[in-house]
Amino acid sequence: MIETEEKHILTMLVDNKPGVLSRVVGLFSGKGFNIDSLCVAETIDPAVSRITIVTQANSLVLEQIEKQLRKLINVIKLRDMTGPRAVKREMALICIRAKRESRDEILRLADIFRCKIVDVGPQYYIIEATGDRGKMEALISLLKPMGIKKIARTGSIALYREPD
Amino acid sequence: MKLNGAQILMKVLQEERVDTIFGFPGGTVIDIYDELAKTDIRHILVRHEQGAVHAADGYARASGKTGVCLVTSGPGATNTVTGVATAYMDSIPLVVLTGQVPTHLIGNDAFQEVDIVGITRPCTKHNYLVTRVEDLARILKEAFYIARSGRPGPVLVDIPKNVSVAKTDYKPIEKVSINSYSPTYEPNTKQLKKVMKLVKEAHRPMIFAGGGVILSKASAELTTFARKIRIPVTMSLMGLGAFPGNDPLSLGMIGMHGTYRANMATAACDVLIGIGVRFDDRVTGKTDCFAAQAKIVHIDIDPTSIRKNVTVAVPVVGDCRISLQHLNRMIDEADLGDLEAKRNPWLRQIEEWRRAYKLAYDQNPEGSIKPQYVIDCLYRLTNGKALITTEVGQNQMWTAQYYHFEKPGHFLSSGGLGTMGFGLPAAIGAQAAFPGKPVVDVAGDGSIQMNIQEMATAVEHGLPVKVVILNNGYLGMVRQWQQLFYDRRYAATCMNCAPDFVLLAQAYGAVGLRAERPSEVEPVLRKGLETPGPVIMDFRVEKEECVYPMVPAGAPITEMLLA
Ligand SMILES: Cc1ncc(C[n+]2csc(CCOP(=O)(O)OP(=O)(O)O)c2C)c(N)n1
Ligand SMILES: [Mg+2]
Repeated sequence: MIETEEKHILTMLVDNKPGVLSRVVGLFSGKGFNIDSLCVAETIDPAVSRITIVTQANSLVLEQIEKQLRKLINVIKLRDMTGPRAVKREMALICIRAKRESRDEILRLADIFRCKIVDVGPQYYIIEATGDRGKMEALISLLKPMGIKKIARTGSIALYREPD
Repeated sequence: MKLNGAQILMKVLQEERVDTIFGFPGGTVIDIYDELAKTDIRHILVRHEQGAVHAADGYARASGKTGVCLVTSGPGATNTVTGVATAYMDSIPLVVLTGQVPTHLIGNDAFQEVDIVGITRPCTKHNYLVTRVEDLARILKEAFYIARSGRPGPVLVDIPKNVSVAKTDYKPIEKVSINSYSPTYEPNTKQLKKVMKLVKEAHRPMIFAGGGVILSKASAELTTFARKIRIPVTMSLMGLGAFPGNDPLSLGMIGMHGTYRANMATAACDVLIGIGVRFDDRVTGKTDCFAAQAKIVHIDIDPTSIRKNVTVAVPVVGDCRISLQHLNRMIDEADLGDLEAKRNPWLRQIEEWRRAYKLAYDQNPEGSIKPQYVIDCLYRLTNGKALITTEVGQNQMWTAQYYHFEKPGHFLSSGGLGTMGFGLPAAIGAQAAFPGKPVVDVAGDGSIQMNIQEMATAVEHGLPVKVVILNNGYLGMVRQWQQLFYDRRYAATCMNCAPDFVLLAQAYGAVGLRAERPSEVEPVLRKGLETPGPVIMDFRVEKEECVYPMVPAGAPITEMLLA
């Protein structure tokens, strides 16, 4: 039986030291695991960074990925954030062609999706959008027909909800 | 107390009770060598840095201690990579010290600069670049701790030249703790109870023991376990010696060149207890068919080994030795019924398989020398007690098959990486650990040429290793595949132009001997083993002999070519 691959969001706390990201990423490339997206930044403790990786894997491969990551000396803690118990967000900056006739439509969409216009020019807007994956995909597909000039997207970040 | 980096390194080496270092100097480690010469740590100067790592590795495998080597930056460091990868694949504890260009030159393409930490990241258990002398002591202590704890492995520490000479206050570090690293030694009792339940219910149980048993020094516990409950034991190449090879319960080696009975029993068993193994493809063959009737128990300290290659019914994460101690205690307290009666049909079946196909060869006294005969004689003449290293290829497999290892730490062979050129430097390392014991490298004519330069090391340091070359004039194992699967097209496997190994031995200041006829095998071996100092023995063996049984790569392990 071939098991289907599913998207998983893994976040890990790691030592904030040179080479650590390379160990994590090298593990994925070296073992043939795949990375859909990747986010890294310092946490409140400057000695610790948080890495969030979205990967696609079946359950056996996911188990290997998690074990292998935990085995890295610089990985302090690892958690699978897949599922409703974690809040997830992505962000995108979208530079969209803004002709006179489409300007209102763009602004309305931005409003509906609670985006910000962060830059305006005679021919374009740059929109800042945040949301979960579904929202980002929906927004992008609606904007596409109007002409997306450039786009910069972050990968997912995630945090577990605190217990009540 | 203010010390410089090189002096701090010496302090830590002494605290770690390092008595021997294998190495080769260069610009970035001159300061370290300068300090090393002032200590009583023995330095064994090799002739190639690959040799230094294999020697440290052989030292570690034979003694159970952590091997240490020291090399310079750039080419010195890159020359260690094969050795480091070899140790990594076989989980051997090493601390590899490399010099590096001064920190202010790193990234400048300075003379002899190479990013060895980047290069070795995927083939070390962990590695470090030391950027401040203040961190040096802690990093070195962590390196030793990481190398030998949990699933052992090589740790590389890259030390820039300015760190070696910079001074700082030195205080010995008493205890190492790394908050993100704590191997699980104690197995989960619930899991062990499940193991006991399976063992109790099993009709056709068997044990599959690997290198982890040797690394965790669990051979005695394993032997007790197997004998108490009368379960036959097969071993991976890395596990040879974990259980006495001559014990009636021993099935010999499993896998591609495993014994007929071990492979047949694996297919028929109903419970397979894997201990300190990783179900490598050379063991399992086609994984779907591997132990297809069995519930598999897998005991290993490394969780990543479990459920990586085969489905496991009962995983046990823990140290092999501690786990077996618990199991032995549980057996003592359990009522297992009449084991004798229960096991007899299964053991009888195994005995039938043993009789049906034994490892055998036919030595015609007038014909050419059979390589198996050489190993057979070596086994008898050394009473099975020598420390044996091997190169890679047919020589390695015949040694595994015909030298029936009784104890752990006596068969030192590159299993995971299969590194030709491992045997001679590893023998030198083993001999350095045990100066009084007979140490023999069983070599092929191809492999021996990959690190033959280390003969000079053996001669210089008075390390009396004996090299037994099974000289078939071929890269024999590759030739065997070509014979069996490529219609005898021997592309690039004929080694017509080899040196005269007898003269070569003499050129190094060692003794060279040769045997060309079966009647000469014993006398040459006897003389070679008795001769003080390093000896090369050149056995001109049958050129196109094959290793059998053989399971073609990717086939089920019951599909053995038998002759
Ligand atoms: C460094 C390295 N290169 C290539 C190989 C592939 N290889 C495996 S066995 C073998 C033949 C070894 O020949 P020899 O040392 O003469 O041993 P024999 O099989 O003849 O006993 C080769 C080339 C290897 N294992 N290691
Ligand atoms: Mg050969």
